[in-house]
Amino acid sequence: MLREIWYSFIDFLRTFGALQLFFLRLLAATPSIFVHRFGLVVTQVYNAGALSLVIIMVCGFFVGGVLGLQGYSSLSKFNAEDAIGTFAAFSLLKELGPVITALLFAGRAGTALASEIGLMKATDQLSAMEMMAINPLQRVLVPRFLGGVISMPLLAAIFSVTGLLGAHLVGVNLLGVDAGAFWQQMAASLEPSDVYEGVIKSFVFGVVASLLAVWEGYNAIPTAEGVSRATTRTVVITAIAVLILDFMITAIAL
Amino acid sequence: MQQTRSVELGTGLFVLLGLAALFFLTTQTTGSSDFSASEAFVVTARFENVGSLKDRAPVSMSGVTIGRVISVEFDPHGLNAVVTFMIDRRFDEIPDDTDASILTSGLLGSQYIGLQPGGSEFYLKEGSEILFTQSAIVIENLISKYLFNQDSDSESK
Repeated sequence: MLREIWYSFIDFLRTFGALQLFFLRLLAATPSIFVHRFGLVVTQVYNAGALSLVIIMVCGFFVGGVLGLQGYSSLSKFNAEDAIGTFAAFSLLKELGPVITALLFAGRAGTALASEIGLMKATDQLSAMEMMAINPLQRVLVPRFLGGVISMPLLAAIFSVTGLLGAHLVGVNLLGVDAGAFWQQMAASLEPSDVYEGVIKSFVFGVVASLLAVWEGYNAIPTAEGVSRATTRTVVITAIAVLILDFMITAIAL
Repeated sequence: MQQTRSVELGTGLFVLLGLAALFFLTTQTTGSSDFSASEAFVVTARFENVGSLKDRAPVSMSGVTIGRVISVEFDPHGLNAVVTFMIDRRFDEIPDDTDASILTSGLLGSQYIGLQPGGSEFYLKEGSEILFTQSAIVIENLISKYLFNQDSDSESK
């Protein structure tokens, strides 16, 4: 029993170490891809970012709307419903924007990456590339990784802005909070460092989500079942990693 | 070829949208001003103390917002604060001896300018100045006044 736990711990350490090495190999190949094959990166920004726009904007809008409603119902008890803009902005910019975007990103783009790469592996496309002296790490993995890293901060920012618009629509247009007070109090209490914290978070989450998706796809067992398992693991592990990292970054930033 | 173009177009749009969102978040100043300069007239008022009155704070009369603060500045000659605000052009029959005071919405809310109508036959217009003003209430002054009053009360007894 104890031995099994010990072995699984060793196993975890090995996987973790292999993930770090994989990350370093991706980073090492990044500059040359960025310079020579930028077109590949653009395609992946389109796949990971532009195609996620609809889900991000719709979810952001409704999350902001809910913040408006909830903020109004709790703040009006203190007769401070003017602070609804501050409330929504703080929640969206610092927490909900980066975290929910990362979770949606894992579900929308991460699964697509993992299953695509897994299927490429299952159908021996990666081996075929190697036989043609093309490094699949550079040709397939790095552009997808970079596409995710570039897309995430932008998606999180779009999420936050549509969320603010949703909060504005609910708070100002439906519940009658003053528009000037909404924006004025927000501008008065938010500091640039709050915005930067959110951007840094979304960047870190982008790196983690893309890395895990690419890693899971690359290491999938090359069968139909293996690919489906890799896809599931991508979402689960990304969600756990993002939430733990969110706690750690917040603790450091405070 | 067509495929590549639409991909590039979509990516460009997406990145542009993302950068615009980032810009919006970092500046945060794009307030929805429901009073544009063309539909409003500008009035000034001098206050001893404006408290924490900010730009774009509401100007209200009988509790209804009728204007916005444009700027709060310190006048080095008069040694007081000059508040410039605009009032919606629809409300052009406000007496020119109207009283302006700086009030707080709620206990901890933001500050705004409240107007109390006077009885003059002349109306406020572009560029007029409100002469009767009442400063923001500073809590410390209020407390010290209360304490000193108590003190003098107990001495007189």
